[in-house]
Amino acid sequence: MKGNEAIAEAAIRAGADAYFGYPITPQSEVLEYLMAEKPHERTGMVVLQAESEIAAINMVYGGAACGRKVFTSSSSPGISLKQEGLSYIAGAELPCLVVNVVRGGPGLGTIQPAQSDYFQATRGGGHGDYRVIVLAPYSVQEMADFVGMGFDLAFKYRNPAMILTDGALGQMMEKVLLKEQQPRMTEYPEWATTGKGTDREKNVITSLDLDSAGQEKFNRKIQDKYRQMKEEEVRFEVTECEDAEYLIVAYGTSARICQKSVQLARDKGIKAGLFRPVTLFPFPEKPLREMAEKVKGVLSVEMSAGQMVEDVLLAVNGRIKVGHYGRMGGILPTADEIVEALENKFAKK
Amino acid sequence: MDKTIVKAGNLVYRRTPVMNDNVMHYCPGCGHGTVHRLIAEVIEEMDIQSETIGIAPVGCSVLIYNYLEIDMQEAAHGRAPALATAAKRLMPEKYVFTYQGDGDLAAIGTAETIHAANRGEDISVFFINNGIYGMTGGQMAPTTLPGMVSSTSPYGRDIKMMGNPLKITELVARLPGAYFVTRQAVHTPSSVRKAKKAIRRAFENQTHKKGLSLVEIVSNCNSGWKMTPVEANKWMVDNMFPFYPPGDIKLNGKLVNKEKE
Ligand SMILES: Cc1ncc(C[n+]2csc(CCOP(=O)(O)OP(=O)(O)O)c2C)c(N)n1
Repeated sequence: MKGNEAIAEAAIRAGADAYFGYPITPQSEVLEYLMAEKPHERTGMVVLQAESEIAAINMVYGGAACGRKVFTSSSSPGISLKQEGLSYIAGAELPCLVVNVVRGGPGLGTIQPAQSDYFQATRGGGHGDYRVIVLAPYSVQEMADFVGMGFDLAFKYRNPAMILTDGALGQMMEKVLLKEQQPRMTEYPEWATTGKGTDREKNVITSLDLDSAGQEKFNRKIQDKYRQMKEEEVRFEVTECEDAEYLIVAYGTSARICQKSVQLARDKGIKAGLFRPVTLFPFPEKPLREMAEKVKGVLSVEMSAGQMVEDVLLAVNGRIKVGHYGRMGGILPTADEIVEALENKFAKK
Repeated sequence: MDKTIVKAGNLVYRRTPVMNDNVMHYCPGCGHGTVHRLIAEVIEEMDIQSETIGIAPVGCSVLIYNYLEIDMQEAAHGRAPALATAAKRLMPEKYVFTYQGDGDLAAIGTAETIHAANRGEDISVFFINNGIYGMTGGQMAPTTLPGMVSSTSPYGRDIKMMGNPLKITELVARLPGAYFVTRQAVHTPSSVRKAKKAIRRAFENQTHKKGLSLVEIVSNCNSGWKMTPVEANKWMVDNMFPFYPPGDIKLNGKLVNKEKE
């Protein structure tokens, strides 16, 4: 199954209530798969092709406000358009899932895979002091698995969750084990706008508070949520790190390539290990700092000009030398190139 | 007050329980409050308070949810029809409406308006056209008349430079997904009664599942227009009505008068 299709099928099986999307390469298979699969016949799930990404994310906003499990997907230019809606959804404290199958930018850029939306994803992306939970799969299996996990986290925190992946994973075909069909929700959260019965006060979903003191209080409250995420939701994976002298930090497709680089480096006698952040927000800051203390150097590898490397630097906090190696514009780094970069930066000296 | 005076027989006015006692922030003479009340009364009369979800706009009426006792969602500027689309599709048995100003519905939200109508979403759209951006301090709106003064057309709207006012209601009426399109006003008792009937019809249409209903209310903005409420209503009748004539434009899915623009 293609990564994009795995996301679509996993969402149906996770009991999603609705999907709203707009075509863009390299993620159109999500919408195409859902339209072909007729989930309204399987589970009653709503699927709608919106007139734009702006409309799609605002449909997500409306659906989330009804307490439903709703999601959308797009690729970089479309995700830029969704930022207004994401800010409102975070400001209204609603759960939703957004998938970004990243392509190279800026502008129309290229349709080839990239990781250049890391800043946008992990810093909130739209206006205001908010964050989005960001999950970075590195296999088609994880593309599927993170859908359910994304919904769960989104509902736990009443906050948008994002799967940050790229065109390579979206188009890649791999075997995938899918979960059994879960039923859709039949009861909705008490804050949902489902119609004000006589038994409760009205529910109002809004991100507006014209009183500055109230707005600051609200900001404090959501900052507390982000702190809690940092404490409870950090996920990462390490390979060959026990005796490592050099650490490669990479996520998603880059991490996949770096697995090979670690082997190639070890064949050459360079003791390298891989640290793979799975959650990009919250970033695995503490575990990375602890690991970095035991090595001679850290190389951040990304398909970008160097975005995650800033989080690596913050985590390591000057204690150890940090380098960056990246390719841009839709080009994947090769495993050899990465080993060479590691040698040039650290091992040769 | 002697409570016994209030008997069914001599009760002439009572606040509908779908509205609350909160003091409205609207300028005296503004049409928003009247339209809020009409919507609330219709919801009460149809007994659909527990089944109604309203979508608020960005504009002067952003705080409509402070006055109506129903579940509401506050949209981003112009996006109310997108939120309403999702709410209605996820809960087809509920009544879903949007409440929008002319900047919200006919400028920044044009795409959402046109496409929700063209898809035939079973929602009601209440559109308050005051020819100006009220909330931000009286700037030119897509509906500002030729020659009309606003803070961003201080010498009057020059259509060569600033473009033409948009009759979006006529545009929506031509779309196959629009089932009921009408233009009303709330400046006199009889116009209020007519507007209320139109609002009720827009809600009732949701049970037929035949498409979108849009009720435009041509209204005033005495603060933005820099007039007294009385002057503003007169100016509206003399200047807005010739360009935005009140009346039904599409009934039961059929254009009322093909010659109409
Ligand atoms: C994206 C965005 N752009 C601009 C604004 C500023 N803004 C707030 S209300 C408004 C105009 C509202 O005018 P209208 O829809 O005609 O409603 P009215 O206030 O006249 O009732 C604007 C431009 C905003 N809140 N969001």
